[in-house]
Amino acid sequence: MIRVDNVTKEFGARRAVDGVSFSVEPGTVLGFLGPNGAGKTTTIRMIAGFLKPTSGTIYVNGINIQQDPVGAQRDVGYMPERTPLYDEMTVEAFLRFAAEMRGFRGKAREDRVNQALAACFLEPVRRQVIETLSKGFRQRTCLAQAIIHDPKVLLLDEPTEGLDPNQKKVVRDMITTMGRSKVIMISTHVLEEVEAICSRVIIISRGRVVADNPPAELTRGGARLEDVFRRITTTEEV
Amino acid sequence: MSRVYQPIRTMMAREWSAYFNAPIAYVFLVIFLVLSAFFTFGVTRFYESGQADLRPFFFWHPWLYLILVPAVTMRLWAEEQRTGTAELLLTLSIKPGEAIIAKFLAAWLFMGLALLLTFPMVLTAFYLGEPDPGVMVSGYLGSLLLAGAYVAVGQFASSLTRNQVISFIIGVVVGLFLLLAGFPPVTDLLSQWAPPWLVDGVAGFSFMFHYDMLQRGLISLGDLVYFASVIVVMLVATHAALSRRLGRA
Repeated sequence: MIRVDNVTKEFGARRAVDGVSFSVEPGTVLGFLGPNGAGKTTTIRMIAGFLKPTSGTIYVNGINIQQDPVGAQRDVGYMPERTPLYDEMTVEAFLRFAAEMRGFRGKAREDRVNQALAACFLEPVRRQVIETLSKGFRQRTCLAQAIIHDPKVLLLDEPTEGLDPNQKKVVRDMITTMGRSKVIMISTHVLEEVEAICSRVIIISRGRVVADNPPAELTRGGARLEDVFRRITTTEEV
Repeated sequence: MSRVYQPIRTMMAREWSAYFNAPIAYVFLVIFLVLSAFFTFGVTRFYESGQADLRPFFFWHPWLYLILVPAVTMRLWAEEQRTGTAELLLTLSIKPGEAIIAKFLAAWLFMGLALLLTFPMVLTAFYLGEPDPGVMVSGYLGSLLLAGAYVAVGQFASSLTRNQVISFIIGVVVGLFLLLAGFPPVTDLLSQWAPPWLVDGVAGFSFMFHYDMLQRGLISLGDLVYFASVIVVMLVATHAALSRRLGRA
């Protein structure tokens, strides 16, 4: 589970995240929505233990991430925005590296790599150099490293960005399957995605939480999620 | 215990293979070996010196490393910052300090390989005469420690920027400063007006002074501590710079 408690992040004079609190239980696929620059990526990076909050506390599976970042990261899989990967490695070598970093050796490591390759449909490209992969395979390679240790918490920052409709469906189906037992947090601004796979939605605007509901509640009375999103995230402006 | 070092070992292996996956490793090794042979035989006139020792060979190492080591280290963190893989790496349950040590050790080990491949020099010297093996060992030790110091400086330079060219230049400039502080033209200039203790102080800060001692076959604790301190200070500085740049501080 994830518990974010009154977390603020400042970059110099700019406050990117401003007193955000929420908690997520296993079996939830949480859609984390907001306009560009609202603080989505910053929040996810703090939960992943990459950025340190300026104030507030974050617990991942009961571990305080500021006090024990490495311990908290052990059970988290993270797919950063824009899928950074070591381009000169092959898919297989990269996943072996990820598995070893997660503490798997020998046969256990090979099993993990094979499972991740299969789960993300990467077998056709397992010996291909990452640099030469298409966008869809690249995205799935990054997802494969995130799930290689079967983490309880999965943080996906715009996991379907730049994919074609078929690839999007593959990734969404995977998320839905895994979401039955894990905490999955997806940052996105694709609203149809939220309606398709998320069981809960948090909308963030200018660093603050402005809505926290199941998608069905937001669209009750026949409202379109797109309209709700625009109403909520623009009222504070102008 | 092995659990503690596992991430460091895994990362070292990845770094090591990164050198050999890209042509960097081969280009570097060939250029290093060709240049060190050229300077030793062509410029310092190894054969005409009439002495079977490796002084003419080791004499050039500080200058070769000055240019070549930053070329090896410039990508260490600059590349991770530019492509965003730093974010991936530092969320794989490894402490930034461990990642810094792993990168340092991999690059240092690579320099060790380059040195190892200069073994024909040793064979040549033994073929020509009867060199003092003790001085040779101390010479290699000095060169290895010097390479380690340059690697630590280069990694620090690489943590300061996402641009590899800037990283290279900073590495060369900091290296040059540490080199020249003990270079006779600089110390002579300084001794014209500065008190001797200051001249010695500045010179003592330099790679050159400590490297020279080891080249003469004198292995003293002071010189070993000097190189170890440069390395540790640079690793700590890398940690501080990286935490700041990545917004983790």
